[in-house]
Amino acid sequence: MPFSAQLAVVDGVAKVTLKGELDASVAGQFKETIEQAAAEKPRRLVLYFNELEFLASAGLRVLIFAKQKMGINVDIYVIGSQGPVLATLEMSGFHHSVYLQDTYGDD
Amino acid sequence: MSSEQTPPPGRLDNVEARIDYYPTHEIAGFRLRPGKSFPFGATLVPGGINFSIFSSHAVSCTLVLFSKGAPTPMAEIPFPDSFRIGHVWSMMVFDLDCETIEYGYRMDGPFEPAAGHRFDRSKILLDPYAKAVGGRDVWGVVPDWNNVFPYRGRLVFEDFDWEDDRPLEVPIEELVIYELHVRSFTRHPSAGARHPGTFAAMRAKIPYLKELGINCVELMPVYEFDEFENSRRRPDTGEMLYNYWGYSTVNFFAPKAGFAATGRLGMQVDEFKNLVKELHKSGIEVILDVVFNHTAEGNERGPTFSFRGLDNKTYYMLTPEGYYFNFSGCGNTLNCNNPVVRGIVLDCLRYWASEYHIDGFRFDLASILGRDPWGAPLPNPPLLESLAFDPVLGKCKLIAEAWDAGGLYQVGSFPAFGRWAEWNGKFRDDVRRFLKGDPGMVGALAQRLQGSPDLYGWNGRGPTASINFVTCHDGFTLYDLFAYNQKHNEANGEDNRDGDNDSHSWNCGWEGECDDPGINNLRRRLIRNALAILMTSQGIPMILMGDEFGRSQRGNNNTYCQDNELNWLDWRLAESNTDLLRFARKMVAFRRAHPVLRQRHHLRNHDWIGSGYPDITWHGTRAWEPDWSAGSRVLAFLLCGRHAQEGRSCDDYIYVAMNSHYDALPFELPKLPVGFNWHVAVNTSMSSPQDIFTPGSEPLLGGQQEFLVGGYSVVILVGREKI
Repeated sequence: MPFSAQLAVVDGVAKVTLKGELDASVAGQFKETIEQAAAEKPRRLVLYFNELEFLASAGLRVLIFAKQKMGINVDIYVIGSQGPVLATLEMSGFHHSVYLQDTYGDD
Repeated sequence: MSSEQTPPPGRLDNVEARIDYYPTHEIAGFRLRPGKSFPFGATLVPGGINFSIFSSHAVSCTLVLFSKGAPTPMAEIPFPDSFRIGHVWSMMVFDLDCETIEYGYRMDGPFEPAAGHRFDRSKILLDPYAKAVGGRDVWGVVPDWNNVFPYRGRLVFEDFDWEDDRPLEVPIEELVIYELHVRSFTRHPSAGARHPGTFAAMRAKIPYLKELGINCVELMPVYEFDEFENSRRRPDTGEMLYNYWGYSTVNFFAPKAGFAATGRLGMQVDEFKNLVKELHKSGIEVILDVVFNHTAEGNERGPTFSFRGLDNKTYYMLTPEGYYFNFSGCGNTLNCNNPVVRGIVLDCLRYWASEYHIDGFRFDLASILGRDPWGAPLPNPPLLESLAFDPVLGKCKLIAEAWDAGGLYQVGSFPAFGRWAEWNGKFRDDVRRFLKGDPGMVGALAQRLQGSPDLYGWNGRGPTASINFVTCHDGFTLYDLFAYNQKHNEANGEDNRDGDNDSHSWNCGWEGECDDPGINNLRRRLIRNALAILMTSQGIPMILMGDEFGRSQRGNNNTYCQDNELNWLDWRLAESNTDLLRFARKMVAFRRAHPVLRQRHHLRNHDWIGSGYPDITWHGTRAWEPDWSAGSRVLAFLLCGRHAQEGRSCDDYIYVAMNSHYDALPFELPKLPVGFNWHVAVNTSMSSPQDIFTPGSEPLLGGQQEFLVGGYSVVILVGREKI
């Protein structure tokens, strides 16, 4: 599945749906999406990982970028991560910096 | 552009748009410009990477680039002559994907060993300043021995989300250190770790450490080493023996990928930083055991993968004939007081302190750091002075293993510059000898209990210079200390020749495991005694991983090569030895509850605040009459709590009676002020849970005049005012 990152902003919540493999070759695309989301000054960032198949170091970098770009007042939710993506988040310890959930409340 | 979009004066809206970072040269299809000499290493710059490497004797240098994991280089870019300033080659290379490349260098120069030069252009060399190393990404995976570039330099990002974390700066006198090996701590199946033997798995065990009560972990080497260095199979069993502990450095700046669950993904930096961050959240500092005395390149017959090929004569101490001095016992000796090498040590420690928020460092065989390039001890070693006064390291703990393998022993005399603490080997030896009942040890013991003023008082260093320990990774575990008279290192494949021959251990009557309840009770009592003395001594206590619940190495006192249950912490012992674990936890809690045990300055043995009691007094079986005779095996001391923290705190009176005679002996108790009573905090001759009580709930002592202290036992009383 080719990588894609789709942004929707609803009621101050920026929602990004990720699909495919997030590696160095597409990390820039994800970063642009995060920048677009940040420009909307959301109160919350929700990342849908349900269909994300792989998360490389470059992808983790963008998550860290997202955390710091959004600032401490914007909570980040990572939804539906599973398998190797979830393992990567947990092993690297990034799961301490976000809210990991199976689903997001108003979906 | 609207005013809202206009950046403030002097500010750019795009920090990457630097006009002075543009290519001026092109070689092999790569766009380049002369680089910045500093900092050394590979540094991300706008649009590219700055490579900078030192060699004072090479005649040319080539940057070698690989795609990650590729067997052959993707490019070799010789540094133009004009890119060298002094002894430093530097070059900016644009348009590189720092995520997917690995880099090294070829150095050309003379191969003249007698003159100290060992250049070999066929070798691709690891940058000593590489911040991550590829090639050994997963622990124990047999490497491709034909790989032309076995240890590969990688770049790392420095964007870790530390939030508000920073080094904790716990006052050193408050520390209780726990020494552990990252892999050993969680590798055993009983650890229940999802990713055994990794930083991630250790992170999951933080609640255990917190419950134990320690507030500092000292990690045995965690920077890149090669577990396959000198690996071999045991002749008798065929079992693989490794460079397991890791006291042999491949690279000083890179965390060991094989210790990271994410090592195969190249995320070891993030994983380790997360471990540090989470430990800090639990109030636990992190000290790294650093090995700057030698490298993994060994002697003349060792491999060439970095320092030797970059500039052998600068990095290593060499004899006049060009051979390696071996003050480390490991084949070579890093030339630490050469200014260039001094620079790399300083840069390295600053990097760990600032980039990883490391709280302190323990220096393996630190006396080597005080030798001049020809091996002679220096009176004021510039490296040690530089470390002591470095601004970035200003709040870091600096701890020396104050001896080396060349015979330099500096416990008590290590050049401290007002900063350095020492592993106190004399504490270990004297306490061990007292515990097993050697006569004539009470005088030495009295010094150790006070933070070794005989060693650290003469030059005003104070008890915080003394890292007290009864056991450490080198030698017997605490359980084995009282279960073995002799080392049993046959499993190391060296015919039991390796390891310490003078362990001051005692098997209590039977060598090794036995079913005799009397012997086993005695062993458990001696373990408690050791913990009680360690935790009531002035200075900084250090506990070895697993000693809190009776870990055994089956009599092996040098498990440096064992990747198996000899080293792996068996967590089932925490269940089967709950009494020991309970005792250890409460003993740590006792120390942390009593500031009078954690003095910053040496006790004076007199009453200097007018409390009516000296800060410390000495006793024997008769109060106020210590037995200092050559045959004595008993000692007691009384701490006056009003002297705690230079009189700023008011603590309880603490009385500690130690009996290493085999018989129980009645100890007359010193009288307390009117209105105060003795309470029993610890009695190691009692079984659990009567052996120790939670601070604040110690039962009142029935008879206040005397206490019968069991044979080979320690009793601790606290004196406090009647409520």
